[in-house]
Amino acid sequence: MTAPAAADVTSALQAKFPSATSRPSVDHPAFNVPMSEAKTVLQWLRDEQGFDFMNDVTGIDWAEGASPRFTTVWHLYSTTGHLYIRVAADNADDENPVAPSVVDLWPAANWHERECWDLMGIKFDGHPDLRRILMWEGYPHHPLRKEFPLAGIETELPDLEVAAETQAKAIAAPMAGGPFVASSKGEMNLTEAEPRAKDESWNEKKPKPHAD
Amino acid sequence: MVTPNTDVAYDSKIEGDIVVSRLDAVVNWIRTNSMWPMPMGLACCAIELMAVGGPKFDIARFGAEVMRFSPRQSDCMIVAGTVTYKMAPHLRRIYDQMAEPKWVIAMGACASSGGMYRSYATLQGVDRIVPVDVYVSGCPPRPEALLDALVKLQDKVRKTPSFKKNFA
Repeated sequence: MTAPAAADVTSALQAKFPSATSRPSVDHPAFNVPMSEAKTVLQWLRDEQGFDFMNDVTGIDWAEGASPRFTTVWHLYSTTGHLYIRVAADNADDENPVAPSVVDLWPAANWHERECWDLMGIKFDGHPDLRRILMWEGYPHHPLRKEFPLAGIETELPDLEVAAETQAKAIAAPMAGGPFVASSKGEMNLTEAEPRAKDESWNEKKPKPHAD
Repeated sequence: MVTPNTDVAYDSKIEGDIVVSRLDAVVNWIRTNSMWPMPMGLACCAIELMAVGGPKFDIARFGAEVMRFSPRQSDCMIVAGTVTYKMAPHLRRIYDQMAEPKWVIAMGACASSGGMYRSYATLQGVDRIVPVDVYVSGCPPRPEALLDALVKLQDKVRKTPSFKKNFA
């Protein structure tokens, strides 16, 4: 496979797929494509442009109320051209978003898609084994969605036998004044050494502000 | 003429290698010095737990070097690491499969209280699902701290009446 240059890939992609639009990006070339064409674009990038490494499959939640609410993002890398590319596609459904699976193109996408399904709730159509990966099977929520409280939601434990024995539940974790963040400047100041709750606009007492 | 033996006390010349003690003391002595840990290693603490088994810290000095990876043969569960809700039922199941009497050491901040993980996925202390005898502080604790916990637990076992339940 020939090594692509950033400008070549950009022009070739836009010539081949007129529906692909440039996406604002501070680092690598990025494109918005319609969801129906996403897989064709990705396959073309792999076969024709040498993007042989599936770096990441992830999703964006534009918050409750936004439409389109979810965007699925693919990060590709070319090990010959040493070039990254980002492809994003808006999901049509705001409640149960669906995206095409690319496991048949890059086996590495398997766990990425499972993680994205687990945490964002984006279903990957054609995935060979779309199970949750971090939360347990049957967990009713998707924790990285914007409306999910950081502390968690009270839920029955996955094993009902054990739950009956222990009377335990998955309970919301005490935020204790959080969420805590480390200083983004990275300076070491002993009086400020502990991570602080910088953004207290929402915590366990005050709900997270709604997107409008 | 045969003289009747009027000695009521223990005569070592006649009886040989016999030691008189209380049953409680004997049973507790056995339990104390042959504690077989169930290494419930879930995260970084498990590495420190491995170090405890190594020659430098040598948990064998306390008779607890026989790490059983089978719950049927172990009596002291060492929960070393972050317990997630996904793992919690399995941990409890292993605890249930251990034979009585059994004890639990919660090793490190995560097992004791959820540690730094104030999140939806982490059990906020393993004592929500199993009874804990000794908590070890630290993140992760030094191997010495775990040995200290083991000594504390042995102390507790030594002082617990082992037959109280049966004869009370």
